[in-house]
Amino acid sequence: MYTILEKRLLAQNIYLMRIHAPRVARSAKPGQFIIVRIDEFGERIPLTISDYNAEDGSVTIVTQAIGASTQKLCAKNEGEALADFAGPLGHPSEFVSEDLESLRKKRFLFVAGGVGTAPVYPQVKWLKEHGIKADVIIGAKTQSMLIYTDQMREVAENLYIATDDGSEGFKGMVTALIKELIEKEGKKYDVCVAIGPMIMMKFVALTTKEYSLPTIASLNTLMVDGTGMCGACRVTVGGKTVFTCVDGPEFDAHQVDFDEAMRRQGMYRTQEERARAIAQERANGHQCHIGLDK
Amino acid sequence: MANKIPRVPVREQDPKVRATNFEEVCYGYNIEEAVLEASRCLNCKQPRCVTACPVNIRIPDFIHQLLLGNFTESARIISEDSSLPSICGRVCPQENQCEGSCILGIKGEPVAIGKLERFIGDWQIEHEDQMPAPEIKRNGHKVAVIGSGPSSLACASDLARMGYTVKIFEALHKVGGVLVYGIPEFRLPKERIVAKEVEAVKKLGVEIETDVIVGRTVTIDSLMHEEGYEAVFIGSGAGLPRFMGIPGENLNGVVSANEFLTRTNLMKAYDSHYDTPIYVGKKVVVVGGGNVAMDAVRTAKRLGAEATIVYRRSEKELPARAEEVHHAKEEGIEFRMLTNPTAISGDEKGWVTGIHCVEMELGEPDASGRRSPIEKEGSDFEIPCDVVIMALGTSPNPLLAATTAGLETNRKGCLVADEHGVTSREGVFAGGDAVTGAATVILAMGAGRKAARTIDQYIREKGRR
Repeated sequence: MYTILEKRLLAQNIYLMRIHAPRVARSAKPGQFIIVRIDEFGERIPLTISDYNAEDGSVTIVTQAIGASTQKLCAKNEGEALADFAGPLGHPSEFVSEDLESLRKKRFLFVAGGVGTAPVYPQVKWLKEHGIKADVIIGAKTQSMLIYTDQMREVAENLYIATDDGSEGFKGMVTALIKELIEKEGKKYDVCVAIGPMIMMKFVALTTKEYSLPTIASLNTLMVDGTGMCGACRVTVGGKTVFTCVDGPEFDAHQVDFDEAMRRQGMYRTQEERARAIAQERANGHQCHIGLDK
Repeated sequence: MANKIPRVPVREQDPKVRATNFEEVCYGYNIEEAVLEASRCLNCKQPRCVTACPVNIRIPDFIHQLLLGNFTESARIISEDSSLPSICGRVCPQENQCEGSCILGIKGEPVAIGKLERFIGDWQIEHEDQMPAPEIKRNGHKVAVIGSGPSSLACASDLARMGYTVKIFEALHKVGGVLVYGIPEFRLPKERIVAKEVEAVKKLGVEIETDVIVGRTVTIDSLMHEEGYEAVFIGSGAGLPRFMGIPGENLNGVVSANEFLTRTNLMKAYDSHYDTPIYVGKKVVVVGGGNVAMDAVRTAKRLGAEATIVYRRSEKELPARAEEVHHAKEEGIEFRMLTNPTAISGDEKGWVTGIHCVEMELGEPDASGRRSPIEKEGSDFEIPCDVVIMALGTSPNPLLAATTAGLETNRKGCLVADEHGVTSREGVFAGGDAVTGAATVILAMGAGRKAARTIDQYIREKGRR
């Protein structure tokens, strides 16, 4: 069992949890993910690692309670334990194994969207620890949905914020801010890393392509085992089918078929909606049995 | 005369009823039936069944003890060569092994060796407390075992019996490998059988740690250099699914048999208490002809779909066990033989609407000795369906080889190991599907046991150096 050492509400429906998982903490690197299972009846939920500390054996995850399973996860409290916490899975970010000298010459731009802001943090932190500068854009619908701004400010060279309604920072989408930085402020970047909703990563990729700016996206596809066994996470990259769990989760964003990836994310939507409706009914004290036996 | 008695039929759940539930299909023999069936064995002087058994179980001896009512002794005889009788009695392809070579089978029906083995295995599980608890003296040497499927369980229990301190590292949250994620409940009950066999392994002192992905959470090197394991056995199986590479394979509704079976078996999607979603649709087409294809198609049927097998050769070439094919047919599965998919079609939203196929005919035998299928020109047609399950075989996960220096694989991605389980890396041994590619439980178990002997020898010799 894996104890929840700390739980914090970061924004509406977005929770940070620090989990005691010493083996994972010791091996984790930026860009990797874990699979969490809440209890005996739970799904295996893949989540990108948001921080790790080998010394106290903790791994941080940030979850948005949107589906039945993530709601169930977010309802867990400090001191309670999760049945399973397996990882780290997938390949670490490419820069982790790059030559530091050549890495220091590169200028990084991170584009973080919504709950995807959290896994950007360990990447920028790692870069800073190795003397590499990175600019970060955090995008959210509105100011109250922004997360990780303070932590990010500590590790980023420049932090830019974009909100759809202009309640903080730049008013508009992250893509417009990328254009502004490059065209108006004359910023030059060698690598862009985008982590956020699939739709955001798709448009970031389209934008950076105009500038021939190499871009990496971290895909959050469906998964069951997370170790290469099921193939639920398959995605087309450069015309080839690959598995997000073992070949990724980070890929060349200009090669990813985002439309297919988004469509595949919806594979179990009907079932998920049903599960959420049932969970809601149960929460309201209603014990519905219709159709539950099938 | 013993051989005048016809083979005792085994009771099974009614096909119409069982096609709607996940309860075990076969009920197995009761004591009377088992003893009667045991009386058919001729107790041959040179038993061909023993030679045909991949682990050479002393079949006539255990059957003889069964006949005498000495079930404990019968179980002990099996345990000399097999650690998983309840499982192998259910899933071994006996028709090609022990039963296939039984002398009675020449003129009539062979002895139902599999069902007798299952009877003894189940009896042993039910009477676990009557079995003498083994007294084991620990020798202080540590061995790590990767994976918890048949080869690993067999290797771990043998090593534990020899006195080694053994720890199994399993990547998933449940122990048993393919026995829990792959083979369905209706063929192999998870709690009643698999969990009990795992308990028996634990009783020998074997420790099991789940959620450890060797190659990611830890590495073989860290296990050996930081955690003090003197040897490592790799029994990580062949878990990577294959796809056909035809157009439309990434449409919503196309899944690997591994995904479909993992959702139902490991994640219990058929049980409403579990949160696991599964998409079954109304009409399911399963591509493939092996045991996994049969498992998938019968699972789909049980989840309420109309289910069809599509296979490119003829029924004679089906690699699945005859019993599974027979059961599937009884349950109302449609078989479309000599049919090969060419593309999967979908609607404007990207959901499967059908599978395009061509008819095949059999040509000359290929390298495998099977007649190779040739496409009949102009025979294209479409089978309407909303789910396609690809059951085309699996290959080993490349993670271990990729993260362990000096560990060789062949071009099929299988670990290179000799018949004793010796790999290219000192102190690292391997067996089962990780070495052979997808095969049978019994072969994996046999390989695990052989590797246990090799590991014992290796550690002893190392101690003398």
